[in-house]
Amino acid sequence: MSTGANLVSFVAIGVLVGCGVTLLLERSLSRVLLGIILIGNGVNLLIIFGGRAGGAPIIGVTEPAAMSDALPQAMVLTAIVITFGFTAFLLAISYRSWYLTGDDEVPDDVEDRQIVRRAAAKQVSTADLGGEGADEDPEQVFPPLDHRSRRDEGPG
Amino acid sequence: MLVLLILHLVAALAAPLLVRRWGPRACYPLAVAPAAAFGWAVVRTPAVADGGAVVETYPWIPQLGLDLALRLTTLSWLMTLLIGGIGALVLVYSARYFRPGAIGTARYAGVMVAFAGAMLGLVLADDLLLLYVCWELTTVFSYLLIGHSTERRSSRWAAAQALMVTTLGGLAMLIGFIMLGHHGGTYRWSELAERPLPGGAYLVTAVLLILLGALSKSAVLPFTSWLPVAMAAPTPVSAYLHAAAMVKAGIYLLGLLAPVLAAAGPWRPVVLVAGLVTMLLGGWAALRQTDLKLLLAYGTVSQLGLLAAVVGVGTPDAALAGFGALLAHAMFKAALFLVVGVIDHGAGTRDLRELSGLWRSAPLLAGVTLLAAASMAGLPPLVGFVAKEAVFAAFTDRPLVLAVLVAGGALTVAYSIRFLWGALATRPGVPPTDLGRVAVPMVAPPALLAVVGLVAGPAAGVLDDLLRPYAELFGGVHAHLAIWSGFTPALGLTALAVAGGAVLFALRGPLAPALARLRSPVGPLQGYEWITHRFDRAAVDITSVTQRGSLPQYLGLILIVLAAVPGGALLLIRPWEQRLALWTTPVQPVVLLVISVAAVLAVGARRRLTAMLLVGMTGYGTAMIFVLHGAPDLALTQFLVETVTIAVFVLVLRRLPERFSMRPLRISRWIRRAIGVTVGATVAGLAVAAATARQARTISEEFPHLAVEHGYGRNVVNVTLVDIRAWDTLGELSVLVAAATGVASLVFQQSRTGPRPRRLEPDRQETQAGRPVWLRGGATLHERNRSIVLEVITRLIFHTAVLFSLYLLFSGHNAPGGGFAGGLVASLALTMRYLAGGRYELAEAAPVGAGTILGGGLAIAVGGGALSLLAGGAVLQSAKINLWAPLIGDFYLVTSLFFDVGVYLVVIGLALDVLRSLGAEVDRNIEAAGRADGGLAVERRGGAA
Repeated sequence: MSTGANLVSFVAIGVLVGCGVTLLLERSLSRVLLGIILIGNGVNLLIIFGGRAGGAPIIGVTEPAAMSDALPQAMVLTAIVITFGFTAFLLAISYRSWYLTGDDEVPDDVEDRQIVRRAAAKQVSTADLGGEGADEDPEQVFPPLDHRSRRDEGPG
Repeated sequence: MLVLLILHLVAALAAPLLVRRWGPRACYPLAVAPAAAFGWAVVRTPAVADGGAVVETYPWIPQLGLDLALRLTTLSWLMTLLIGGIGALVLVYSARYFRPGAIGTARYAGVMVAFAGAMLGLVLADDLLLLYVCWELTTVFSYLLIGHSTERRSSRWAAAQALMVTTLGGLAMLIGFIMLGHHGGTYRWSELAERPLPGGAYLVTAVLLILLGALSKSAVLPFTSWLPVAMAAPTPVSAYLHAAAMVKAGIYLLGLLAPVLAAAGPWRPVVLVAGLVTMLLGGWAALRQTDLKLLLAYGTVSQLGLLAAVVGVGTPDAALAGFGALLAHAMFKAALFLVVGVIDHGAGTRDLRELSGLWRSAPLLAGVTLLAAASMAGLPPLVGFVAKEAVFAAFTDRPLVLAVLVAGGALTVAYSIRFLWGALATRPGVPPTDLGRVAVPMVAPPALLAVVGLVAGPAAGVLDDLLRPYAELFGGVHAHLAIWSGFTPALGLTALAVAGGAVLFALRGPLAPALARLRSPVGPLQGYEWITHRFDRAAVDITSVTQRGSLPQYLGLILIVLAAVPGGALLLIRPWEQRLALWTTPVQPVVLLVISVAAVLAVGARRRLTAMLLVGMTGYGTAMIFVLHGAPDLALTQFLVETVTIAVFVLVLRRLPERFSMRPLRISRWIRRAIGVTVGATVAGLAVAAATARQARTISEEFPHLAVEHGYGRNVVNVTLVDIRAWDTLGELSVLVAAATGVASLVFQQSRTGPRPRRLEPDRQETQAGRPVWLRGGATLHERNRSIVLEVITRLIFHTAVLFSLYLLFSGHNAPGGGFAGGLVASLALTMRYLAGGRYELAEAAPVGAGTILGGGLAIAVGGGALSLLAGGAVLQSAKINLWAPLIGDFYLVTSLFFDVGVYLVVIGLALDVLRSLGAEVDRNIEAAGRADGGLAVERRGGAA
């Protein structure tokens, strides 16, 4: 039983995935998208080579014993179409990003950078904002401790 | 019993409506629920008086072996009386405590009744898991009640602290319960108590975990801190939760488990030490308070320590005395809290330095206060005296404990006097406090509780009889709850405690410096604050390390793990030692070489279009490989998708900069490439390993047979998609619908369901010529943007393409094709129409909303799947319908065709959404930008189109 697996195809899978990963790690969304398509092609080949090669899996055209494996084919067919939906979605994000910032580069997450700054300044992030200050509460039982009130002086 | 719980539930749900209608007065009818519980317990008194139990069981979650097992014994009878009675009184009190129109009263009333119900469930539960559920329900409701004043920060903090501490304890307790239940094979406590206990460390762990829950709920050290802070709650809440009900849950649990567990492992030492230390420190702290409510709070802490020690120690006499003390405490402490509420309500302050002369201006209130405080101090003939004497008597054989108890008793007397003095006395230099007219519903509940405390003292004999069955669980009971037991050592110790307390109070002047200096070792806030602050800091530190905000970093990390872990495993299997053929057919290496070269070039490409075309080349190459592998369906789909992808990409490229921006960082580029090479090698290795790893026969060997027999089709791949793995395909369709919606949402600034674009100036000349011309790109497109060749080609092949797509759809079951391929061909036809004729042409080519097509497609796919239900099959199972038509003769229809039609429509809908968004809508933006003289260009900063 021939699996259809051979050395050249594995090398090609490696090249496709490797190139895809290199593009995926870029900042430009278009490149990320191209990387995903390349990885997708590589993985589709990986899956398809998991089944045996043969004639078209159509009864009447090929004898069942000589057919290629239909199961990975069905999976890959699904994957191809999903990749198309995904491509369209990422393209829309690219366009949106261009529309808002003039480029399609992925910037660092602002919130995350803020947390990094807070950690460097030894602050905590939870700020119970709103409500009145400690002194204005007539039924205040325990005035908050010092560092808590400092913490509350967050942005806002 | 279940009826009572349901009554509480109904009342709680109705409460907000009632309050909205009647204001706080709605608390009167709501008080019926807890009052009913009280009345029911009174009626059931004979059943438990002789040590019997009332049992009700309803099946609940049989898979977990969890029943609604309710059981009324002496202990739960007493608790039910307290919960029901005091609950009803507190609700009556609330009707006047809250001012009409006050915010949050509706929530308060509902949650309060729900809390009473949860508390009732807690004490009636026989199943430990049910008990735990009710336990946590009380925690949650107490959170809502303590945080009543949502606008106050202190209130929110107090609520959160109570929640954190008691939930933590509750979770520990749950683990303890599970350990016990797992060992005993049942969670029903009445059965579990009969079974042998586990031994050794297992038992020790379980006991410690359960104690953690009980002691944290009852605010015994080291979990004291939440209770004083929780005084931010409205006073009725404090009276109920922090005097009568919730904090007693921990004591109740100790009492419930003590007959079995008291002798087990660390139970007795832990309970005694924690309880007694809490008693002393709480009493000491109470002496320092100037806020009457806080004074009571620390008094409660002290008393809870006492109760935990007495109830938990597990001797018959102590058990009897302990629950006598619990009853006395619930009554006098609830009464005192309610009195503080009246003072606060009338005078606007609870600070004893600002109150003066209340004994004269409010004599009735002063009388109530006096009675309740005397009970707290343990003066005869009140029930507090009976309980205290019994407690002393129960510990005569443990001198050390007894000494601490007497010291604690002296502290109790001292802070009781301090409370009386603080609330009622005339203070020189302070203007007399005027409470105004005090409403009857606010005085009656504390008065009633105080009088019951007075009556229960002389009637202690009845109490003794009723509580005796519980104490007898521990063995023979020698002690008695009685108003007069003769001249015993206990009586002497009681007198000693009273005298000591009086001296302590009298010496308050000289003692003041010591009081000020000797604070409790851990203040109410510091410990909890310190821990939560540490947690917050740790969270920020960990987040700042793991979440740097850079997408490439995250992806890089994930990929490195992929290379390290599965790649590392590969090093062990050594897949490269397999003997592999170089290639199967001579064409294969050629195609694969083209693919590889195109991929490598795409990485280095500077221009977006070049990169896209190179990537497209790998896609077409992949399709070629599919052909060589024997997968015509795949090849067809891959060709079509690749073409549509390139078209869509080019649509977006119109707007994006032509070249990728240059990144000056050479190092990061090399890092990226290194990761790429490593991951590529890993995946190649995985591919070898996966392809050569098969040992069992593949299930797909059955597929050709199944396709004909059950799918009624000859194209095995298509039957797999629409029948054998149809659920998978259905999921995929949903993903496509979501993606299409996402694309439209990202691009359209307004709704995409609005009117579709129409031609601005209908070209009349052509219609007048009498020869309708379709594809009139010239009328709407700028001359520069027109392509005559494209227009002509489109005119020639559009209809053919649509027909071909239908052919693919219908023949797909037996030949290469199917819904996906057909839909993609139709999409390509639409794309051509759009490219040749512009966005108005697209609107004419497909005069339906993309959303309609997507939704319709999904509906047909699901409906077609459900159709087989009619034929008696499972959902999505194919059925064959034999038909006859003239000229054609016999033919048959397979229901999975409907599924494929759904697929077809969803694919078209996706393409249409993409064309409308990334094509037509972007066109419109460009035109708008052009018309407004770069108005759009102003919006974006540094944009380069």
